[in-house]
Amino acid sequence: MKFKLGTMAVAALMAASPAMAELVFPSLSYRTGPYAASGIPFADGYADYFTMLNARDGGIGGVMTTVPECETAYNTEKGVECYESLKGGGGLVYQPLSTGITYQLIPKVTADNIPMLTTGLGRTSAKNGRVFSHVFNFPANYWDGASVAVKHMLDEEGGDLSGKKVTLVYHNSAYGKEPIRTLTELSKKHGFEFNEVPVDHPGQEQKSQWLQIRRDKPDYVIMYGWGVMNQVAIQEAVNIRFPMDKFIGIWWSGSENDVLSAGAGADGYKAVTFHNVGADYPLYDDLKKYVYDEGKAAGAGDQSGTVIYNRGIYGAMLVAEAAKKAQEIHGTANITPSQMRDGMEALEITEEKMTELGLPGFGPEFKVTCENHGGNGFAAMTQWNAETKEWTLISDFVQSDQEVIQSLIEEDSNAYAAENSIEDHCS
Amino acid sequence: MFYREAGDFNTSYAEDQQTFPIKFDRYRYYVVLFIAIVVVPFTVNDYWVNSIFMPFLIYTIAAIGLNILVGYCGQVSLGTGGFMAVGAYACYKLMTAMPEVSMFIHVLLAGVITAAVGVLFGLPSLRIKGFYLAVATLAAQFFLVWLFNRFPWFYNYSASGQINAPERDTFGIIITGPSTEAWAAYAFCLVFTIFSAYVARNLTRGSVGRKWMAIRDMDIAAEIIGVNPLRAKLTAFAVSSFFIGISGALFFAIYLGAVEVGEAFGIQKSFLVLFMIIIGGLGSIFGSFAGAAFLVLLPVALKVVGVDLLGWPTDIVAHLQLVIVGLLIIVFLIAEPHGIAQLWRVAKDKLRLWPFPH
Repeated sequence: MKFKLGTMAVAALMAASPAMAELVFPSLSYRTGPYAASGIPFADGYADYFTMLNARDGGIGGVMTTVPECETAYNTEKGVECYESLKGGGGLVYQPLSTGITYQLIPKVTADNIPMLTTGLGRTSAKNGRVFSHVFNFPANYWDGASVAVKHMLDEEGGDLSGKKVTLVYHNSAYGKEPIRTLTELSKKHGFEFNEVPVDHPGQEQKSQWLQIRRDKPDYVIMYGWGVMNQVAIQEAVNIRFPMDKFIGIWWSGSENDVLSAGAGADGYKAVTFHNVGADYPLYDDLKKYVYDEGKAAGAGDQSGTVIYNRGIYGAMLVAEAAKKAQEIHGTANITPSQMRDGMEALEITEEKMTELGLPGFGPEFKVTCENHGGNGFAAMTQWNAETKEWTLISDFVQSDQEVIQSLIEEDSNAYAAENSIEDHCS
Repeated sequence: MFYREAGDFNTSYAEDQQTFPIKFDRYRYYVVLFIAIVVVPFTVNDYWVNSIFMPFLIYTIAAIGLNILVGYCGQVSLGTGGFMAVGAYACYKLMTAMPEVSMFIHVLLAGVITAAVGVLFGLPSLRIKGFYLAVATLAAQFFLVWLFNRFPWFYNYSASGQINAPERDTFGIIITGPSTEAWAAYAFCLVFTIFSAYVARNLTRGSVGRKWMAIRDMDIAAEIIGVNPLRAKLTAFAVSSFFIGISGALFFAIYLGAVEVGEAFGIQKSFLVLFMIIIGGLGSIFGSFAGAAFLVLLPVALKVVGVDLLGWPTDIVAHLQLVIVGLLIIVFLIAEPHGIAQLWRVAKDKLRLWPFPH
C-alpha cells in the first residue's frame, strides 16, 4: 500500500510539473460559487483552444502549450493564492476574468514583469499604455460598452435622448461602478436623466431594486451584472413586465445562461458584445475534429458555441497570436513572460488574419501600440430570440464615443500614475 | 518525562507567575519565536508569504481580537468584517493623507480609530445580551460596509470604489505596494502578531481580563463584587476592535493591496473569524493561533494535494474542500467542543504524567 501511494505521488508529480519546453497559459478559472455559470464556459473555451492548437499545429511555433487551472471562485484572496502558485510555473500571461482580481494583480504583474490581458473587463484606464505597461484590455472596455449602448438608444430614438430616463442596474463592486462616470458624462452630453441602482454581491435578491425601477418607469435599463445576478435581474424584469427590447446588458450580462431561465419572457433582451456569436465558423470544424471527437473537451464539454465559450476562444486566440508575434520578434520559440509582453504590444488583428484562423468576421480589427493598449472600442448589439434560443447580431460593429472616453481615460490613468509615481513607459 | 514542574524551582513571584511556568514549555516557546523571527524571513519566497504566512498572521490578530470580546468577555459579535473594514479604510485615508509617516504609526492609528468605532457600537451591549447583541453587531457589519460603499470620500473618489495601497515604507524599507520584498511584508505582520498576542495574553491575566471573565461568567454577580459593567464591556470592545482594526489595516495594505469593501469585508469574513475562535478555542490566545492556522492552511493543503499532487479537476477539489472543511468542523465540535486549545491542554496534562500515568 505504501509503495502504491508512493508511486502514485511520483506519477502525479511528474504529470503535474510541466516539462521545461512548454508555453504556459495559466487559467484563473471559477467553476464554483455564485459566478460559476459565467466562469465555466470561459474556462472551457480557453482550454479547448489550446488543446486544439496542440493537436492540430503541435502547439505554437513548434512548442506545446499547457493551461494549468486554478480555482478562484471569483474571490480575491484565492486569486492572490492562485497567482502566486501559478507564477512559479512560468505563466506567460494572465487572464483573470474578474475585475476585483485584476485590480489586485495590476501592480503585481507590473513588478513581476508578466503581462495581463483583461479583454472587456478590469481597469478601463489600463488602455493608456503609457501608464499601464503590462496590462492590456483590447479590443473593447467597459466604457466603450456603455457608450455603444447609449449609441444604440440614440438610434432607436431617432437621435435624440433628451428628457429620457436611463437607469443603470449594477453589481455593487469595482466592476459595476466602472460605467457610472461615462454614463454621467454621456447623460450631460445627450441630455438624458441618469439613475443608478446598485445590487449587492451576489445578487440573488433584487425585489427592492426592481420595485424602484417599476416606480421610476425608466425608458431604458442598462445592466452591468455577472453570474447569478443576471438571471435574477432578467427574471425580475419579466415579472414587472419591463419591455425587453429596452433592457440592455453589457457583454457579461448577455449569455445563454442569463436568459434561458426566464423562458419566453426574455425574448427581445439585448446585450452589447465585442465579438460575434454562434458556432458557424471554420474554426469549429477543427475544434470538433481535434478536441470534441477525441474526448478532450474541457469541463463537461457542453458549452461549445455559447457566447462566453466563444469569448474564451477569442481570449485564447488573442494571446496565442501575441505569443506568435513574440516568437517572431525575439527569434526564439521558448519565449519568456517579458518577451510575451512585447508580443502583445505589437499585436495586430486584421480581417485576413481572422479568416486565416478560421474566425472570419468574428471580432473587430485593431492594432496595439505602446500608447494604446485597448484597441479602438468597437462593439455591436445582440438580441435574444427565446424561440430559437439563439443570440443574433442586430447591428454593425460601431465605435464608441472616443471623445468622451479618451478624456476620461487620460484623467483616470494620470491620477493613477501620480498616486504611484509611474513614469511614461513609452517615451 | 521532560514536561513537568518537578525540579523547576521558582524563587520569586515574577517567576511563579510567568506565562510559561514549565521550563520545557518556555524553551519550546523561545524556539518557536527564534524560528519565526530569525529563520523564516531568510528562507521564505513570495508564494509562502502571500499564500500561507501572511493570511495566517493577519487572521490570528483578528482572532485574538474577537476572542477577547467573545471568549473572554462573553459578548457575541458578528461585526468583525465591518470593524476590519474600518481599520482598512482608516489606514488608507492615513496613508494617502500623510505619505511620509511610517506605516507602523498608520497601522496603530488605524487600530485606535477602530477602537473608537468599536466602543460606539459596543454601547448597546450594556442593555442587550446574547443573541440580541449578535443581531446588533450584525447591524454594525452591514452599516459599515454600506457606509464605505456609499460615501466616495472614504475611497478618495476613485472611479471603481476600490482602495489601492500606494507604496509606503517604514525605516526606509518598502512595506506596501508591488515591489515589497517577501521577508519585509512577513516581518512587518509578524511584529504586529507578536505584539498583539503579548498584549492580549498579559491583559487577560491581569485585573482587566479577570473583570471581563467575571462579566462573561455571570454579569450580576460580577456587578455585586464590584466590577463596573460599563467599563468592563467597553474596554473589551475597545481592545478587541483595536486588534481587529490592526488586522484589517494589514489585510488591506500589506496582504491584498487593493480591496473592495463588500467583497473583502462582507458578512462571510465575520463568520470566518468567529469559526476560527470557536474551532481554536474560546478564551484562549493559543486557540486564536490554532483556529487561524486551521482555517487558513487546510484549504491550501487540500488544494495542493488535490490539484497539484493528484491532478484532479479544480472544481471537484473546490467542492471537496467545502465538504471536508465543513465535516472537520462538525467532527471537531462533537469530539472536542472546547476547541483545539482544549486538546492541547489535555495533551499537556497527559505529558506531565507520562510515562507513568498512575
